[in-house]
Amino acid sequence: MILARVVGTVVATRKDPRLEGKKLLVLKPVSPEGKDESGYVVAVDTVSAGYRETVLAVSGSSARMAEGCKDRPVDTSIVGIVDNVSLDEKK
Amino acid sequence: MYLGRVVGRVWSTVKNECLEGHRLLIVQPVTPELKDTGKRIVCTDWTGAGAGELIYWVRAREASFAFSPAEVVTDATIVAIVDELHIKRPPLADARGSEPTSEPRPSGSGRARSGSGA
Repeated sequence: MILARVVGTVVATRKDPRLEGKKLLVLKPVSPEGKDESGYVVAVDTVSAGYRETVLAVSGSSARMAEGCKDRPVDTSIVGIVDNVSLDEKK
Repeated sequence: MYLGRVVGRVWSTVKNECLEGHRLLIVQPVTPELKDTGKRIVCTDWTGAGAGELIYWVRAREASFAFSPAEVVTDATIVAIVDELHIKRPPLADARGSEPTSEPRPSGSGRARSGSGA
């Protein structure tokens, strides 16, 4: 799972019928410190995440196991809204 | 399966019901020499690993098999805590490592990239 921030939404009219009613969000992966990492990813939202929220995203075939994504053509889904990240201060 | 070290944790209240009750830890992948390598990722925990512990973790769909028959939506799971690690290095490892540095010197023209870079 990766940490990511919601940076936008995707609107698609013509799509696979199994994706109808699913919210699609654009995610920017972030480090545990909250810094942006490279790339963007479009994910199906299962937890009603909002703009700028830090979320947990599952990718690959595991994404289809999320409640609400079963048997749908999904390879990244948002499965949690992050409240807090704590890192062990070591370095 | 990959080696890693637990470096932190994630709190999440609102989450997919398939993830309810599972600990989420931040794992730094490490090499067998225990040096950090690659990006830190969030893993579900099957073992009860604690902060700073050396663990190994599973990626992709197989990560959810650890919780079978429950269907946990995860693509990375800590499946074991490492007690000991034994690595036997091949005797030629040092010799191979010195080859690339000694090679470009005699054939400088053939290695235009390294030549122009310097």
